[in-house]
Amino acid sequence: MEYFLELFFGGLTRGSIYALIALGYTMVYGIIELINFAHGEIYMIGAFTGLIVAGVLTAMGFPALAILAVALVVAVVYCSAYGYTMEKIAYKPLRGANRLSPLISAIGMSIFLQNYVLLAQTPNFLPFPNLIGEFEFMEDYAHILGSANLVIILVTAAAMVALTLFIKYTRMGRAMRATAQNRKMAMLLGVNVDAVISLTFIIGSSLAAIGGVLIACHTGQINITIGFIAGIKAFTAAVLGGVGSIPGAMLGALVLGFTESFATGYISSDYEDVFAFGLLVLILIFRPSGLLGKAPTQKV
Amino acid sequence: MSAKTIVLEVKNLSMNFGGLRALSDVDLDILQGEIVALIGPNGAGKTTCFNCITGIYDPTEGDILLRSPQGKGVRLNGLKPNQVTELGMARTFQNIRLFPSMTVLENVMLGTHCRTKSGILGAILRDRKTREEEVRVVNKSYELLKLVGLDHHVNDLASNLPYGAQRRLEIARALATDPFLLLLDEPAAGMNPNETIALEQLVMRIRDELDMSILLIEHDMKMVMSISDRVHVLEYGQKIAEGTPAEVGANPQVIKAYLGEEAVDA
Repeated sequence: MEYFLELFFGGLTRGSIYALIALGYTMVYGIIELINFAHGEIYMIGAFTGLIVAGVLTAMGFPALAILAVALVVAVVYCSAYGYTMEKIAYKPLRGANRLSPLISAIGMSIFLQNYVLLAQTPNFLPFPNLIGEFEFMEDYAHILGSANLVIILVTAAAMVALTLFIKYTRMGRAMRATAQNRKMAMLLGVNVDAVISLTFIIGSSLAAIGGVLIACHTGQINITIGFIAGIKAFTAAVLGGVGSIPGAMLGALVLGFTESFATGYISSDYEDVFAFGLLVLILIFRPSGLLGKAPTQKV
Repeated sequence: MSAKTIVLEVKNLSMNFGGLRALSDVDLDILQGEIVALIGPNGAGKTTCFNCITGIYDPTEGDILLRSPQGKGVRLNGLKPNQVTELGMARTFQNIRLFPSMTVLENVMLGTHCRTKSGILGAILRDRKTREEEVRVVNKSYELLKLVGLDHHVNDLASNLPYGAQRRLEIARALATDPFLLLLDEPAAGMNPNETIALEQLVMRIRDELDMSILLIEHDMKMVMSISDRVHVLEYGQKIAEGTPAEVGANPQVIKAYLGEEAVDA
């Protein structure tokens, strides 16, 4: 039973991280129908920003949790700026172009960002300090659920609740939903679609930044390729849940996290990715539009 | 009538799509508080004309001038649809374009977007200004739904409304943008005679109670004849007639456009 719980919480943690990244993919896709392949790099930049902030503040002697809070805020601001700029440079000029063009632009952006960080930082793995530490009240449960995992799960849950409320009940949230459903009509009702798209990139990048800092605390090391790997997994989660659907991305990420965790725990860790992508293939065969995705209606 | 100001003036409007001239040298004007109909056979360029006016197309030639009741004149050429809406013009579509997975109320609330301000910071802080604005928006949307007779359906999904109600919802949503000029693209399409009569009354009420100027495209001639002050007729992208409903109805060129050569001789 304890082993089961350990795997359960392990899966929940993975799923949470995937969800934070997958939301960025799915929100952008929902609004401009673009798979933003550079999204994983934003997550990687978030982790690097966290590392730099942590390095500076640790040297100044701040307590770990305060450093974590500052690192999260700085990473969110910094990555938002990246996401915003990326959209303006690489995607906005291509709006209205053939659908393949922004896709290629996204891949280019991804390669550019990776190599930029490679030059500016280092190609090597860097150790990341565990800013979360071990909580005393968690001591008895540490073998089931580590403190870092707990923080990841709680922060992700809070972010998702906040996002859901924002989308559902606020003026800008309403504008986002409208833009996703019918961009032209939203414009005709006076919605500034450019601002909505920028906001989408900012929110997506913020979530990825949070994911980047948290997972780096958990795994203890980062390098320039973590964005690519996490990006592919999160993209899988988004497709699994139905790309374009926000609850779909959350569900898809959790399903993927649990599958990986239980399959590696009970069967073999060598086959982690086999199970993840095997599940994707299965779901796409039986529900091509994803778990919560809407099948496109063909007008005859 | 002569004292009334011109709200919208279209001069020498032409629109080319590649080699196809969809509109050529069309003139159009609407006075404050008028209901003007734009009619013509299928493919005459009526909707293209609407699209040019509302900023969906950038016209090839010509000028589109909008004058607000406060007397401020703006040239609309090249503006984006959201900018045109902000200046005080709203429209509905021939084929209904609601946001199907939003509620009726949300659809109308969205119309108020360009008249409200609260952004992401307000959403996080939930300060008094944001909350007051939200209450104001809900109240206003509710009033508009009452006007079009949908106040019992506020929480239904827009896609679950019957067809005629969807059309009225589209009108309420357009009104939520606080326009002084309303463009209706075939509002009576697909409605039965009773619904059409109710729609006529609604359009008149909107004109009278909200002090609106209205330009409408309509194929239902009974409706056009009974509610419009003036009628403009398009055929093959050109304006062939203009005048009161009676004048236009008696114009041989118009009869020819609609019924063919023989009908004029008969």
